[in-house]
Amino acid sequence: MGKLILLLLSLIAFCNIVAAVFEDQVGKFDWRQQYVGKVRFSHFDTHLQSSKKVLLATESNVFAALNTRTGDLFWRHVDKTGPEGNIDAVLHHGQDAVLVVGNGRVLRSWDISVGGLNWEIVLDSGSFQSACLVGQQGTVKHAAVLKKSVISLHYLSNGHQKWIENLPESETVNYQAVHSGGNGQVYALGVVPHSHIAIVAYSVEDGEIIKQISVDAPWLSNIPASCAVIGQGMLTCVDSTTMSLYTLDLYQQLQMTQIPLQALGLEVDPDFHPYLVSHQPNPARQPLSEFLLHLGPDHHLLLQLNNGQVVTLRDFKPALLVAFATTGEKTVAAVMSPKNKTACSINLFSAETGRRLLDTTLIYTVDPTGGKPERLHVQAFLKKDDSVGYRVMVQTEDHALTFIQQPGRVMWTREEALSHVMTMEMVDLPLTGTQAELEGEFGKKADGLTSMVLKRLSSQLIMLQAWVAHLWKLFYDARKPRSQVKNEVSIENLSRDEFNLQKMMVMVTASGKLFGIDSKTGSILWKHYLENIPDNAAFNLMVQRTTAHFPHPPQCTLLIKDKDSGLATLHVFNPIFGRKSQVAPPVLSQPILQSLLLPLMDQDYAKVLLLVDDQYKVSAFPSTKNVIQQLQETAASIFFYLVDSSQGRLSGYRLRTDLSTEQVWEVVIPTEVQKIVSVKGKRSNEHVHSQGRVMGDRSVLYKYLNPNLLAVVTESTDLHQERSFIGILLIDGVTGRIFHEAVQRKARGPVHVVHSENWVVYEYWSTKSRRNEFSVIELYEGMELYNSTVFSSLDRPHAPQVLQQSYIFPSSISTMEATLTEKGITSRHLLIGLPSGGIMSLPKMFLDPRRPEIVSEQSREENLIPYAPELIIRTEWFINYNQTVSRVRGIYTAPSGLESTCLVVAYGLDIYQTRVYPSKQFDVLKDDYDYMLISSVLFALFFATMISKRLAEVKLLNRAWR
Amino acid sequence: MARFLPFKVAVFFTVLFFMCTDFICCNNGRRVGESLETELSGFSVPLEHSFELDDTGKFQVRGSLQLKPGREPSVSLTQNQLSEEDRAKLKEVAAVDGLYRIRVPRVFLQADRQTEWQMEGHLTAFVRACAMVESHLSDVITLHTDVSGYLIGVSIVTIPGACRGTEVEDEVDLEVFNTTLSIMAPVNAPGPETALFLERMEQETEKKGKNPQEQKSFFAKYWYLILGGAIFLMISNSAQPPAGGGREQS
Repeated sequence: MGKLILLLLSLIAFCNIVAAVFEDQVGKFDWRQQYVGKVRFSHFDTHLQSSKKVLLATESNVFAALNTRTGDLFWRHVDKTGPEGNIDAVLHHGQDAVLVVGNGRVLRSWDISVGGLNWEIVLDSGSFQSACLVGQQGTVKHAAVLKKSVISLHYLSNGHQKWIENLPESETVNYQAVHSGGNGQVYALGVVPHSHIAIVAYSVEDGEIIKQISVDAPWLSNIPASCAVIGQGMLTCVDSTTMSLYTLDLYQQLQMTQIPLQALGLEVDPDFHPYLVSHQPNPARQPLSEFLLHLGPDHHLLLQLNNGQVVTLRDFKPALLVAFATTGEKTVAAVMSPKNKTACSINLFSAETGRRLLDTTLIYTVDPTGGKPERLHVQAFLKKDDSVGYRVMVQTEDHALTFIQQPGRVMWTREEALSHVMTMEMVDLPLTGTQAELEGEFGKKADGLTSMVLKRLSSQLIMLQAWVAHLWKLFYDARKPRSQVKNEVSIENLSRDEFNLQKMMVMVTASGKLFGIDSKTGSILWKHYLENIPDNAAFNLMVQRTTAHFPHPPQCTLLIKDKDSGLATLHVFNPIFGRKSQVAPPVLSQPILQSLLLPLMDQDYAKVLLLVDDQYKVSAFPSTKNVIQQLQETAASIFFYLVDSSQGRLSGYRLRTDLSTEQVWEVVIPTEVQKIVSVKGKRSNEHVHSQGRVMGDRSVLYKYLNPNLLAVVTESTDLHQERSFIGILLIDGVTGRIFHEAVQRKARGPVHVVHSENWVVYEYWSTKSRRNEFSVIELYEGMELYNSTVFSSLDRPHAPQVLQQSYIFPSSISTMEATLTEKGITSRHLLIGLPSGGIMSLPKMFLDPRRPEIVSEQSREENLIPYAPELIIRTEWFINYNQTVSRVRGIYTAPSGLESTCLVVAYGLDIYQTRVYPSKQFDVLKDDYDYMLISSVLFALFFATMISKRLAEVKLLNRAWR
Repeated sequence: MARFLPFKVAVFFTVLFFMCTDFICCNNGRRVGESLETELSGFSVPLEHSFELDDTGKFQVRGSLQLKPGREPSVSLTQNQLSEEDRAKLKEVAAVDGLYRIRVPRVFLQADRQTEWQMEGHLTAFVRACAMVESHLSDVITLHTDVSGYLIGVSIVTIPGACRGTEVEDEVDLEVFNTTLSIMAPVNAPGPETALFLERMEQETEKKGKNPQEQKSFFAKYWYLILGGAIFLMISNSAQPPAGGGREQS
């Protein structure tokens, strides 16, 4: 009885928890990772000794502050994409950071402690050249901005312009740099290439030209690339052709002094452009008289300029990277030099003397799966005993940031390559060891009864062992407090869960780094950096073998294609561990036009990849004898298409038995009128459960489910708003037959298309009504199926019925994708990425061309929603609640083992993973499902029947005795 | 997880590498959607076909298409009979599951001069030769044009479309083409139907306005019922003597 009361109490307690289940679910099934992109400028917040901030301005037009202890974001500001939001310069002073944005269009000041905007002003047009802080009498109050033809000075406190002056002779002189040494003057430095340097000195007070000189420098073409201001206003340049250093006193002399490098005993590496690095710790003072000279890829020198004499303080060779850092009054140079193949050591040297500081060695372990170190960002600080301590942030070629503390402890790593994911796939995780053992038993060849029995017994034993281990772990964990039990995901204990909800996300980034990410937690399980990836590469990731074919490892193939030359390379790897496969991919010498993954498999269950080169020759990978034989057998039914959008040509080819191809159809859309902007087929892993729709009168309208159907979208070349149009062409990819051709007049791109089942949804901009519109096309075979057993494009003489309807959508969209489930029973939703950062799940039911304008009994029977021209964005449709995903570029959907559940990954600047349930969780018992009540009711009923049966028997017996 | 393919006959998987989306701004003076008013006499282009054992394209003239340009272009076809030699070859090609292909030159249907309609290149389509034979040369050819009148594609299907392996005994069945020919221009895709929707909304509000019954308050609608109820209650109260009620209670 006491137990029952306890149960009841626990039930009540449980119910109370359940009341807040929705808030509980935040972060339970979803995660978000925020990135900033490849770092262009970084500044450590030094105005407070205890500060733990680093400011980053990136090539993705993001300005952010990171916590140096954890690597997390304090705050982040995402600007416009493209050149409009490009961050040209960052000037950091005290609490403020001044940014020049959009080629000198906007000047912004941010409060770095909270990330708030202090002020913003719009500058006059003109291409931005340089900017610097201007100090006077030890305080910094102004910032100077140099443009092509003007120089302006702004107050740091409110951004107001103090003065603006036109630069003299700006038509001939390229003004490229601005300098201030804290003496009340601002110097604009310009060059006439291969002729002379022009120097204009302005007064900080009123912008008056104090001095204007020009000095002959026929060897100079670019000031920022080869010059720096050092010490007491000494403009110092290095020139590789004359092998000399040149110095010029900005304050007095009118002549350049040439110092041959040979006189210093130095030599420039061949084919290397030497450059100088100076350091100005305080903008109100002169730069240091020590500077760095970079003479070769691994050769740096610390030099000192003293009364026009250059003295070598220290020669760093080999040294990969060198950077200055200042704390208090001390300035140090951090030097990274290679130690061995896997590690580099970083040491501090005093900038004044060039002496190595004691106990400052830091070991940086080079990640074998990452890129080479590219830049060094040093955070120096004074220790209690007044010696200099430091931490470094190493930026590598693969856009990763690693923050390291002495003596080499990695505090955090940020994989900024993930801010630009190009393509991704989700791969099922492998089975657990025991499951795999069982599978393997069936996979192996049978060899006698006794050995089979032994094998079975051994595998049973292994399973028993695993079970005992599992029990032990459960028992062990149960004793620990709940918060300490963490299921650490590592590559060793990866295994498929019950409903296949946890998968491996294989992500390909623009930098050429591949990642394997656990979809449940978002932790990076493996990474692999591919070197020498061209900037404009196109990636195509294919899963050749899934995890289903134990003991063969799963296999993914990445095709990397240079968009200019068309030349491609293949990278074959295991998607679970990220290791490069043993299988050697073929060397592709010809440009590749098309790649196709066939459903044919070789004897090792790898799907065959066909590559079509520019000679229309086909090569297969893997190309074993077995594959070639299969290809020859099925060649007549292998068709593929090519799209040449520059000529508007769509052409179909058939494979011949000798693996050459023949053109079988051709459609040419004249490029004078319209151009092809996208061609969308259906996803190959899509299943359609229901062949038709039941109408109100109980008849069936059959869907037209052509797996080879292509939706071709064109845009008119005439962009006038009255004459522009969008064309939609539904074309069979095998026969080239055009099923439907429609034009949406007075419409413009960008067009987003989703093509699935028997429908195509596209979104466009209506120039007439100035709004975004959605249109849906559905295809039906009619009331009877032509051939219900198989579908063949070659034998479907009747064209499908086409229904179309359009709707108004109140927002523009960034990207669009449809949900996908295992068997296709669940109703479909469209996942729409909005520019606001929301991801909306719009039921396909709202985009149905059969929505009636006048409601009838039959349409009500069919559950059709009456037509309304506007689609409304309902806030409860947002699947990412407040987890904004910046700049969504793509949405990837994958089915899970549960029919109701679809896994969704949205990627852009951020990555967001979640699950969606388009038809609710119809195949899952709720979390708060009352097992206890159901079982107690069952038991009670069971006992009641037993007792009543017994009673009835007794009664009958008594009656019989009577 | 092995992928299940419901339709296996024509297997076709393609992945598009990249779409070149260069902006090509050409305006050759023609405006999209603008058609020429002048009625032209039309011109004829050859319809060619090819069916070879080795599937090489050796196109021969099958007939000629009479195209009448204009706002609603029309087309008619005159075609030759198949020679005995061709019939034999077609049957042979059908036996090895070869292709029967047709092609038409790319033309511009709204040109006013002879020189302008012809462009280089052809548009091709195909059908299985066996389907051609088994359907006794009954085919449906459709020509597709784009908005400005360029011919962009041609398609051919036979009715019936299947290859069942039935022998065509009679040579006469393969002599004359039984062709249905049509020309298709793109249809205008519908925009959002706001006008109709608004009209319907208006009608509904009007209906409500016309029917004042529905807008009345609860009391205004059912005043007689309430009154009747009240009177009934009053009558029933007065009819029963209060003393009787008290006696029953005791």
